[in-house]
Amino acid sequence: MIPELGHLLAIFGWTAALGVLVSGFWGGYRHSEAWVALSIRLAKLQFVVLASSFVLLIVSFLHDDFSVLYVANNSNQLLPWYYKISAVWGAHEGSFLLWTLVAATWTHLVANRAQHIPLDIHGYVLGSLGFINFLFLAFLITASNPFERLVPNTPINGVDLNPLLQDFALIIHPPMLYIGYVGFAVAFSFGVAGLLTGKLDSAWARWLRPWVNYAWAFLTVGIALGSWWAYYELGWGGWWFWDPVENASLLPWLAGAALIHSLAATEKRGAYKNWTVLLAILTFSLSLVGAFLVRSGILTSVHAFAVDAQRGLVLLGILTVVSGAGLILFALRASTLRSRLEYWGISRELLLLINNVLLTITVATVLLGTLYPIGYEWFTDGEKISIGSQYFNAFFIPIMLVLSFFLALAPISQWKTTPLKKFQKCFVFLGFAALVALILPWVLANTFYVGATIGIALGLFVLITHVNSLLKRRKSLHLGFVGMCIAHLGFAIALIGVAVTSVYSYSVDGRLAIGDSLDVSGRSYELQSVQTIEARNYLAERAEFVVGNRITVYPERRFYPIRAMQTTEAAIRPVLFRDLYVTLGKPMDNGTWGVRIQEKLLIRWVWFGALIMAIAAVLACSDKRYRRLSKRDLSQYSRT
Amino acid sequence: MISNTLRLRLLFALPIVGIGVVIFILAIGLRGGNHTVHPSTLIAKPFPSFEAPKLIDNELTNHEELLGEARLINVWASWCVACRSEHAVIQDIAAFNLISVVGINYKDQRVDALDWLTELGNPYDYTIVDLDGTLGVDLGVYGAPETFLVDSKGYIRYKHIGALTDKVWEGEILPLIEDLD
Amino acid sequence: MNEQRQIRFWVIVFVLCGSSITVLLAVFAIQDYIDHFYLPDEVVQGLAPYDRTIRAGGFVVLNSIKHSEDELSVEFQLTDMKDSTFLVRYTGLLPSLFREGQGTTVKGKLGVDGVFRAREVNAKHDENYVPPELKTLTE
Repeated sequence: MIPELGHLLAIFGWTAALGVLVSGFWGGYRHSEAWVALSIRLAKLQFVVLASSFVLLIVSFLHDDFSVLYVANNSNQLLPWYYKISAVWGAHEGSFLLWTLVAATWTHLVANRAQHIPLDIHGYVLGSLGFINFLFLAFLITASNPFERLVPNTPINGVDLNPLLQDFALIIHPPMLYIGYVGFAVAFSFGVAGLLTGKLDSAWARWLRPWVNYAWAFLTVGIALGSWWAYYELGWGGWWFWDPVENASLLPWLAGAALIHSLAATEKRGAYKNWTVLLAILTFSLSLVGAFLVRSGILTSVHAFAVDAQRGLVLLGILTVVSGAGLILFALRASTLRSRLEYWGISRELLLLINNVLLTITVATVLLGTLYPIGYEWFTDGEKISIGSQYFNAFFIPIMLVLSFFLALAPISQWKTTPLKKFQKCFVFLGFAALVALILPWVLANTFYVGATIGIALGLFVLITHVNSLLKRRKSLHLGFVGMCIAHLGFAIALIGVAVTSVYSYSVDGRLAIGDSLDVSGRSYELQSVQTIEARNYLAERAEFVVGNRITVYPERRFYPIRAMQTTEAAIRPVLFRDLYVTLGKPMDNGTWGVRIQEKLLIRWVWFGALIMAIAAVLACSDKRYRRLSKRDLSQYSRT
Repeated sequence: MISNTLRLRLLFALPIVGIGVVIFILAIGLRGGNHTVHPSTLIAKPFPSFEAPKLIDNELTNHEELLGEARLINVWASWCVACRSEHAVIQDIAAFNLISVVGINYKDQRVDALDWLTELGNPYDYTIVDLDGTLGVDLGVYGAPETFLVDSKGYIRYKHIGALTDKVWEGEILPLIEDLD
Repeated sequence: MNEQRQIRFWVIVFVLCGSSITVLLAVFAIQDYIDHFYLPDEVVQGLAPYDRTIRAGGFVVLNSIKHSEDELSVEFQLTDMKDSTFLVRYTGLLPSLFREGQGTTVKGKLGVDGVFRAREVNAKHDENYVPPELKTLTE
């Protein structure tokens, strides 16, 4: 009964989405308070219905209802209860149900939290969101039904959740990503509404900014969690592989970052209106491209879902319809918009422009590298290639370095124009940062890398200018400015982390018998013992290493019998400024074990920086001035 | 002579071309490779269809011959060390007469396989020859020995990787067979 | 005002030129970063280039994994399960999901002696997974 009810609720949610679509657009078109109010209520209904459907899928998992195909394929009686819940979004069907639930949640929030925007925009935004979720839900109930039954051949037990996914970070990683991806649908819908009404002005940007910030913050956390997971779970110490699926999440992230910045210029100066609305459409389109790449199965990846091409075709159809509709609307309406920008000089507008140009180029190069193998295979009639990470590094890193130079000037710059002498002090800061970056490697490691030094110097440069500006303006700070500064500090921390960890990390492979030890950068790692342990759903060989006579770490090799899968559980111990990372390999013939010992300097700064960026993005849009200004905007337009 | 507004409109239509190119590439990616990944599970999936000779008499057999009664299907090879130790367990199981035991001779030489059966005894109702391992791939086999429990309708209900032991037989497979009845 | 329009025009020209040059650069540069993929029969027939970073793949031949006596180096054979098989040599820790019978891709250089010296061995998936590059082998 429960699975059928869940499916029924999903269908009900689909009709609710249709209702939101029709009543929203009609209400917006007719400026009808009643129709928009209906749309708001239907959005709430859609949310409640889909949330119930989702809960029913969770219940099916907790009850070990293996008559449901999706449960049988992704769960097992022996799975702990929290993994049974996270297994709900462990594969395609369930995670897509979560995706639609997230879309419904955003719609519900926009319906209720955006009462201060003009009626027609509100209606159109809801209509557009309804349209998007209408398509998603149609896909869910026809081609990816998670409630499909497996009768009469109901298995006695399920085949377990993929052991790689039995992990804490992976419980929250997908929901975070989806909240981010789908959150950009709000930006897309505001773009559509702005184009339809022609009200693309500062007020429009002000209404949209918080939504973009929230979505981007969640996406940032999601990506950081995914990277962290790859770091400790795959067992090889890598934290970014330029894997197509990673790129799929990075593309909307980069575009979203560009959107945040161009929205600032649109709001404060009425500048780049066309570009901002185009970015809003493109960012969500890239989210859909990402969803397609992950779910269509056309790529090789650790993270990709195993799905058939039929579903890919439907997703491609959704991408075509949504981005096509947005861009055609843009082509028809955007040419009538006029950006109000009177001054071109050294100004914050110019810096924001540079930011957008650089981020857009980055999106283009990453997209090229991700899609190139597909095009190449077609062009050469089946020749299979992959693009090495060197390509991405060769473009991504220099562009980010240039970006961070201009980023350092951000807090000093002013709108309209900035006197050049304000920047004089910057050169002192830059000189100081460069000096520290030059000396630091000699003190720490006695080796020197040009790329890392430039990265550290620019990271420090950003840190210094922003801290300096914060201190200077401490009497008249507002959250918008503080948020920007903290986000940029987060970027600088991540930049320094990447620069340092990429070159000042050590890795040694060895073959150790019990009692042997290995030296890595002046620390000895001694293998004390290897024991076999039996856990609830796996067997493990656990080694005990003593590091430098003080620290003990326990790397494991686990065997999950249900899926017959071997996994590596690296032992990771953070000590001052570095991670000690020990991986246990296979046992060899003569009682020895393969081991890999790594030391990773400042690796945690990468994720720490990302986390700071996410927090700052939320902080910036909690600025009270927004609410005040938004209220004023509404009084200008009057709601009806 | 194109008017200014039209030219502007064409400029604003450029993004459509961009996304069009991306969608086109994604579409050929879909079409080009039928990259359906192997199913993550074979449990409760039908036994893959095949046609192969039997070991002893070289007579052709296929998946349909498996239907009608529950089968314990054991993947073995003469080169496989673990299969040798497992063989006694298989013989015990066959002696029970509870379930039909079928062998799959995996990537083996016919002569070696026949010698092996002569030497150790033949517990199998019949043995399917999987010379090049294609059936093994369809089954998701990645080594010998491996054992599958298939019900009378031809659905795989259980899979054991590695050598069968009395403990596995009594603790896991026997209860399943009782459930099937 | 006129002057402003002029500046604006040049800014747009500069931005467009700069970004298209970078993107064009990427389009040309990407050719240097292509890793080609070869199946076992292509490796055996000499269709794969020597001493260049390439990727290759196949199924790990049963009983072919041989660890050396004292070092971490390992040898194994990859096959297309028909008649082509080539030897891979690798030094380092093998991924935990690597095992006999499993579809695997390797990245490294093919020597003139026909031995593939792998820098990376990939086996990231569970036992029923076949890397898409090897899909043609199982059909």
